[in-house]
Amino acid sequence: MTSDTSIAVPAGSSARRRRSSAGPWRTALVTLRRDRVAMISLGIFLLVVLACLLAPVYEHSVAHTDAFTSNISGTTIVHGKPSPVLAPSSTGLGLGVTPIGPTWDLHHYFLGADGQGRDVMARLLFGGRNSLLIGGVSALIACGVATVLGVAAGYFGGVLDAVLSRLFDVVWAFPVYLLAISLSVVLLTSGLTVGPVHIEGDSLWLPILIIAVIYVPYVARPLRGQVLSLRGREFIQAGVGNGASDLRILRKDVLPNVMPTVLVFLPLMTALNMLTESALSFLSIGVQPPNASWGTIINDGLGLLYTRPMVTVAPGLMIAVTAVTLNLLGDGVRSALDPKARLRGAA
Amino acid sequence: MAMFIGRRAAAAVFVLFTISVLVFLIFFATPGVDPAARIAGRNADPATLMQVRHEFGLDRPIPIRYGLMMEHLFVQRDLTSFVNRGALVIPQILQAVPVTLSLVAGAAVIWMVLGLLMGTAAAARRGTALDPLMMLLGVVGVSIPVYWLGEVVNLLTQSRWHSGLFSWVPPLGYVGLSQSPGQWALHLLFPWLTLAALYAGIYARIVRGEILEALNEDYVRTARAKGLTERRILIRHALRCSLIPVVSLFGLDFGALVGGSALLTEVVFGLPGVGKLTFDSLQNLDLPVIMGCVMYAAFFVVLANAVVDVLYAALDPRVRRA
Repeated sequence: MTSDTSIAVPAGSSARRRRSSAGPWRTALVTLRRDRVAMISLGIFLLVVLACLLAPVYEHSVAHTDAFTSNISGTTIVHGKPSPVLAPSSTGLGLGVTPIGPTWDLHHYFLGADGQGRDVMARLLFGGRNSLLIGGVSALIACGVATVLGVAAGYFGGVLDAVLSRLFDVVWAFPVYLLAISLSVVLLTSGLTVGPVHIEGDSLWLPILIIAVIYVPYVARPLRGQVLSLRGREFIQAGVGNGASDLRILRKDVLPNVMPTVLVFLPLMTALNMLTESALSFLSIGVQPPNASWGTIINDGLGLLYTRPMVTVAPGLMIAVTAVTLNLLGDGVRSALDPKARLRGAA
Repeated sequence: MAMFIGRRAAAAVFVLFTISVLVFLIFFATPGVDPAARIAGRNADPATLMQVRHEFGLDRPIPIRYGLMMEHLFVQRDLTSFVNRGALVIPQILQAVPVTLSLVAGAAVIWMVLGLLMGTAAAARRGTALDPLMMLLGVVGVSIPVYWLGEVVNLLTQSRWHSGLFSWVPPLGYVGLSQSPGQWALHLLFPWLTLAALYAGIYARIVRGEILEALNEDYVRTARAKGLTERRILIRHALRCSLIPVVSLFGLDFGALVGGSALLTEVVFGLPGVGKLTFDSLQNLDLPVIMGCVMYAAFFVVLANAVVDVLYAALDPRVRRA
């Protein structure tokens, strides 16, 4: 896949990568561009991202509301007439309040209000930012760490491999949700202190790091297997025979060969991590108030499920749509780059 | 073969031991986390804290506390809850296990049957509209949050259409199999379908992929050359060989579900299984119960992994030497 000629290359890894493996990368890009399903998915995904990024604009300029303060005694306008955001409950014992339902009017509580009179549409967009951020960043971290550990274990073997592989086995055997829940419960109350860095219990970094850690073996195990079989191939043996340093072989021969697999994993892991985040937030141990995510909004909607289902239904649909587009995109990337990549972590 | 099983069992015990240490350290030795402060409540005065620490044995060195907890959990089996003083942990878990097993086993039957049917149909009808439809179902299955699907199912069966189409659906909850098999199945029907809906698509996708791969094999060409019908080739030859990876995946998923992933389904449908027990004990940070539940969960996952490996070795002698 890569030549091992020692031509002086200008600094800058992207320039070098483009030079040394322009062929396969460009072919893959062309294949991906022709994949209509993947391109449509990418388009929808980018639309979701854009909409979420525009959350403050929607909040201030369109809905004229505040997504994070409760509006218990406020009124809004439905069909030109003022009506309260939270109306006294008309069912059962008449206790409590029922928030306004969807008005389908972008300026006034498009999707209705939640139990505290906050605009669900605005919260949906703000929550999406956090869900996407946590899914994306934790996928990047998980794939990054997994690449380093998996490649190191596969390439160097010996004690390092034994220790890392055992470690992967243990985290792997640990039911993912239980591990995430255990870590979240403990760290939420006290925050996390690593050396001089302290992360507060309500920081978004906590779910990001927890989710990243639990999914490292999913990526690292297949990568290790791949590197293990690469290690015996002729072009690597030739590199060793020519006296190339480990670092050089890793950088120029091993990494370019495992990068396609990592790239295939990235969109799929983003979807998986987003789902995990939403589950943790749903159990109220993920994103902490005042922050919101799609999972926390579903949780907010629990008590209103039978009266105002939109509070629950809308964020779930957003999660599903985003995850479907990411998974379809991942499928496209896989068939373009690495059709034989074994997913779901089979070692 | 006996050697292999022995080695595999030793590895499983080692993994279980490591998990127990890991869980213990997460809950009892994370820097800045003080279980005594949780038990005593917020703003407890130092004297109370000291008393709580001593009473629960939290002032002893960590290895000893780990040993004590394991002894209570496995040897004397009399670990008690921190929150409901005197409540034994193990009977609670044993009571919850049948609920979780009922949920997962029933769902597994549904998703395996659906997955095999859909996957085989998609492979047999590749090139028609059925194929991409099945593929899409698989993607949707991995993309929908299970707890949300459960909520929507509840919304429809318990509220929106409850007075019409779904008037026969019982309220949320669980009825034991020995009490009333009919009610047991009726109460679990929608939890089963919810859980199975997510997995059926994934399995269909995998079955389809494996069959298509098998159809390219030499033995399929031989079968064709012998003049066997396509149906016979598909079912007796291609499908049969495709089952090996599917079964191994099934073992892992089953273990993972029994061991914790069913938690969300149990919470949403109000089923008093191990997942619900774990969730409830997490809400009030009842550490011994959490510890017990996690160990139970890990046991199932590790057991499932080991059984899958041994089955693989039984099927394929090459694995035994690896």
